[in-house]
Amino acid sequence: MNHALWKIIKYQLHDMIRSRWLILYTLLLFAVTDGLFRFGADAERVSLSLMNIILFIIPLIGLVFGTLFYYNSREFIELLLAQPIRRWVLYLGLYLGLNTSLIFALLVGMGIPPLYHVGGYSSTFMILLLVGVLLSVTSTALAFLIAVRSDQRVKGIGFAIVLWLALAIIYDGAMLIMIILLKDYPLDRLVLIMSMLNPIDLGRILLLIQFDISALMGYTGAIFQRFFGGTLGLVVSISSLMLWFLLPYWLGHRAFRQKDF
Amino acid sequence: MIRIEKLWKSFGRLDVLRDLDLQIETGSVTALVGHNGSGKTTLIKCILGLDRLSRGAVHFQGKQLNGEVDHRQMIGYMPQLARFPENLTAGEILDMISDLRGNPRDARTELIEYFGLQTELEKSVRVLSGGNRQKVSMVIAFMFDPEFLILDEPTAGLDPLASSLLKDRIQTDRDAGKTFLITSHMMSELEELADHIVYLHDGRIVYQGTILDLIADNQEPNLERAIARLMRAF
Repeated sequence: MNHALWKIIKYQLHDMIRSRWLILYTLLLFAVTDGLFRFGADAERVSLSLMNIILFIIPLIGLVFGTLFYYNSREFIELLLAQPIRRWVLYLGLYLGLNTSLIFALLVGMGIPPLYHVGGYSSTFMILLLVGVLLSVTSTALAFLIAVRSDQRVKGIGFAIVLWLALAIIYDGAMLIMIILLKDYPLDRLVLIMSMLNPIDLGRILLLIQFDISALMGYTGAIFQRFFGGTLGLVVSISSLMLWFLLPYWLGHRAFRQKDF
Repeated sequence: MIRIEKLWKSFGRLDVLRDLDLQIETGSVTALVGHNGSGKTTLIKCILGLDRLSRGAVHFQGKQLNGEVDHRQMIGYMPQLARFPENLTAGEILDMISDLRGNPRDARTELIEYFGLQTELEKSVRVLSGGNRQKVSMVIAFMFDPEFLILDEPTAGLDPLASSLLKDRIQTDRDAGKTFLITSHMMSELEELADHIVYLHDGRIVYQGTILDLIADNQEPNLERAIARLMRAF
């Protein structure tokens, strides 16, 4: 393994672990999870409530924190690139360092309360954390891609927020309108494909299949349940989510290697 | 030591560097001068490999640079703006760069004392003054005993003491055979430090030669006046 890569990750973790924003994010996740366990009912219902945080807040934090982090590090990135360090190593190091910190916040914030409230994790809760991790790596890959492609800070952060709005809110509304307008046509396959094109929808499907209440929670979930059942649905949605972070990572990395600083 | 051949750099349709031919000799101090936006920083970034060349070539010690990173082991760079991860301490920043370069000839302790940074090492970068951040940047540039140093506006933001310490260091290192490329808007400073000068105007070199020749050719009493005359001419 490349030594420079580990060193970049190590120092980035030193930096991030003292970041007030990261500490605040961890405490917030912890407070919400603990509160739900304390005042809510069983673990399944807590998981269902946490699903919305995972699906909405984690992509937002990943996109905004990721773009901000890149823009704040721009001058330091230039200084590091003036050292004998390969660009792909630096890009991967920054990406992994940021993700390790965000995933650490997620696992500590959401992962500790179940241990002392219910003594462990249900399989649903583990899938919930897995979707959180996948959405985190996806949204930071998108954030880095945006920041590398756009040198203007305000434009980049603005675009990241618009992308979040589009993926988290507008996309589903547009899909619903399409389904209503085209209700006389067989749409199953089209809806399936459209869900694959949105990582947040994919995450939702993955969780709905687990909760086994897909028919109540929307058309796409019902279709996924019907077509793929349990295991296959899980494999397809996880593989699609993997593709969702590998593609923007690869595009961002390619842009970073060719970039003029 | 550094030879630049027919270098062009364009950003979209904008030609920032145009057909540059330049040679920087070992053991010289070359001042890179020009108005804002004349292409000084872009030229530095092309030498460092931070910007890709549109056309032409940069040779470092006889070898054409082609995207490799090894030659940077021999270069110390001090950027115009020093910004570091805010939650790390100054000492950790130096550790990080030292760790990443894996360079055994690390003169950090001596430089920290020389620039008076001892009391700042444990402080996080967030609370360091602009001048002290510049000093951290100076230590990074000098601490690996590089053969070639690129200093982009090195004294901007430094107090007179730090500035004169830096100038002394540049002179000592030049006498030891090191090569410098320095940009600055302070002509008196360049006159004190540099022996060669390259004047850039709109991405073209309009003068390169010794400072003494430039002053003599323009029949002016000092470098500032000679440069002002050049600026008026273009």
